[in-house]
Amino acid sequence: MDEHEIYERLTKIFEDVFDEDSIKITPDLTAKDVDGWDSLTHIRLMLTVEKAFKIKFSAAEIGKLENVGDLVKLIKARA
Amino acid sequence: MKALYSELEWLPRAPEDFSARLKALAAAPARAGREFQSLAQHALDLNQLTKLAKALSKMRAEGESLEPLTPFRLAVLSNSTIDMLVPALVASAARHGIALEVIQPSYDQVAQEALTADSKVNNSKPDAVLFALDYRALPLRISLGDREAAAAGVEGAIGYLEALGNGIKAGSNAVCIFQTFAPPVETLFGSLDRALPGTLRNLIGGINRALAESLIGSGDVLLDVATLAETVGLAEWHNTALWNMGKFSFSDEFIPLYGDHVARTVAALRGKSRKALILDLDNTVWGGVIGDDGLEGIQIAQGDARGEAHLAVQRMALDLRQRGIVLAVSSKNTDEVAREPFEKHPEMLLKLDHIAVFQANWNDKATNIQAIAEELSLGLDAMVFLDDSPVERGLVRKLLPQVAVPELPEEPAYYARTLAAAGYFEATAFATEDLKRAGFYQDNAKRASLQKQVGGVDAYLASLDMTITFQPFGATGRARIVQLINKSNQYNLTTRRYTDPEIAAAELDPEVLTLQVRLSDIFGDNGMISVIICRPGDAGVWEIDTWLMSCRVLGRKVEHMVLREILDHARVAGVHKLAGIYCPTDRNKLVVDHYARLGFAKVSEEESGLTRWELAVARAAPDSAPMRVVSQGFTASRESTIA
Repeated sequence: MDEHEIYERLTKIFEDVFDEDSIKITPDLTAKDVDGWDSLTHIRLMLTVEKAFKIKFSAAEIGKLENVGDLVKLIKARA
Repeated sequence: MKALYSELEWLPRAPEDFSARLKALAAAPARAGREFQSLAQHALDLNQLTKLAKALSKMRAEGESLEPLTPFRLAVLSNSTIDMLVPALVASAARHGIALEVIQPSYDQVAQEALTADSKVNNSKPDAVLFALDYRALPLRISLGDREAAAAGVEGAIGYLEALGNGIKAGSNAVCIFQTFAPPVETLFGSLDRALPGTLRNLIGGINRALAESLIGSGDVLLDVATLAETVGLAEWHNTALWNMGKFSFSDEFIPLYGDHVARTVAALRGKSRKALILDLDNTVWGGVIGDDGLEGIQIAQGDARGEAHLAVQRMALDLRQRGIVLAVSSKNTDEVAREPFEKHPEMLLKLDHIAVFQANWNDKATNIQAIAEELSLGLDAMVFLDDSPVERGLVRKLLPQVAVPELPEEPAYYARTLAAAGYFEATAFATEDLKRAGFYQDNAKRASLQKQVGGVDAYLASLDMTITFQPFGATGRARIVQLINKSNQYNLTTRRYTDPEIAAAELDPEVLTLQVRLSDIFGDNGMISVIICRPGDAGVWEIDTWLMSCRVLGRKVEHMVLREILDHARVAGVHKLAGIYCPTDRNKLVVDHYARLGFAKVSEEESGLTRWELAVARAAPDSAPMRVVSQGFTASRESTIA
């Protein structure tokens, strides 16, 4: 799966999880940049990504994510 | 099949414009309550549930009315993280007609909140408190093989839960909802874990049983999470990674399912469970189309895969009816064609008697369902409509959104399971009156017409349309036979009590005549109502050792019919005389003249009041009552009708 497609699907997932359709998904986007991206919503985001891409992350992998770019790399390696 | 539950497959998929419709509500809050319910009646995933709950809670915070949803305040006490659950509860509750407000104290404050009179939870005056606890919340200690310690462990856990409940009772008098505990999958020994006292599995099993028993009739309510977890699979339910990461007590996959189960329970507390099941016929109650395939062509037989699938639907409908759910039919058919299988097909479990309202015509189903609701004086929101056709389901959902219409899978083998999974008929308590409720609607109509018809007693008895069935004792009836023998006092000639092995011995003795008697009538099956034992006495004589009858069927001339049956068997056995005894007790005055009324001659009377009677078989001319007589299980089975 190429990065472009991953970003496209992530945009939909972010809309869904944050109930907000104006978030612009970029590689350096972090939790600080998005209203409501707290630890709980983060878990919901990860669960939604896992389900959408049919992959599983380990707790350690989730802990290491710094920004959306890291997430995309992780998805790309798996999906 | 896990997806049936995790994906709420009985609900239609969420519409494409789900988010847009939610957003549009902000501009038109007047119909918000209805629209929330309508949107919630789809299979929503965790994110959609969260969105809906957010919109609903916002609207409530802004002071908008959520009618027609019923407000309900639920406090949730848990030893795990419930932040992801709470929105699911709110949105699922809207599905069931409830505007739920959740009171959520800080993490893991279960005992403090329950036991302190002015805690956040008690102060909030909730309608109910949900103890969303999992096994990790219990004060459990493994005590392998130590029965006493295990029993003490179970007692301790139940005592803890009771103390929590009492705290809530004292603090806010809310209804308490307790969950059974899903046992962890990891075993210590293996299968032995279930049997050996003091293993975790054994302890949790004991706690679940004791908890369930303690709640029956208590006014508090059980949420059977253990069964829910077992239904979808314990290995799927317990997600240890999620527990480790954020103390989520079960997999996120089942949050929508769990939310729906909590919501059904709350809705049941508010009397919102459904009360009637409306059945389509063709390809729902039987396989095939009666109008095309005819009586011989429809599939409803045992031994045929398709037929058994539809039989399972019938069986579930019958079981529900026994529980008190009213059954109705809505079918696009000519009336007499639709009725034919009910009247003539030998494999049909459902009979016309079971159906309170039968609507077979060519009107659209929405019109028919409205007619059914009116005839039953029940609201549309009490109705469930089961139909294999997506077109009919869609039409009814569109025109009558209050009616619950489950989606059905392609495979009819899963129709019954899907209907059950939807939980439309959730109840938090069961009263024996419920047993009679479904019959109530039909019986009222029937009794009314009976009163018009009835002339004399015989005419009344004839109008009861009775069937009396005689069988020898057998393994299947034995438990009831023993029960009747040991508890009947009034209509009991000798009051002789026998044990199960003694009855089993009588069954096998070819010299002994045994009869178990059943009676059914227009109002239903009365079950086993009489028991007879005749033992050989002098040559050619039967001594009537036991003759008892249930007082429920007094005045139906059942005893006369029983005598006729005994006489028939006596003639076959070459017996020429029946000898009866009346042994008086302080309870059986009722039958002091039993033998006299049946034409027996008194031969002796003792000081105790004991009387002996005789009847010559050749001269006997017993009275009779109009009923169908079925004699089966004897060397020669007979059937006759007495007009």
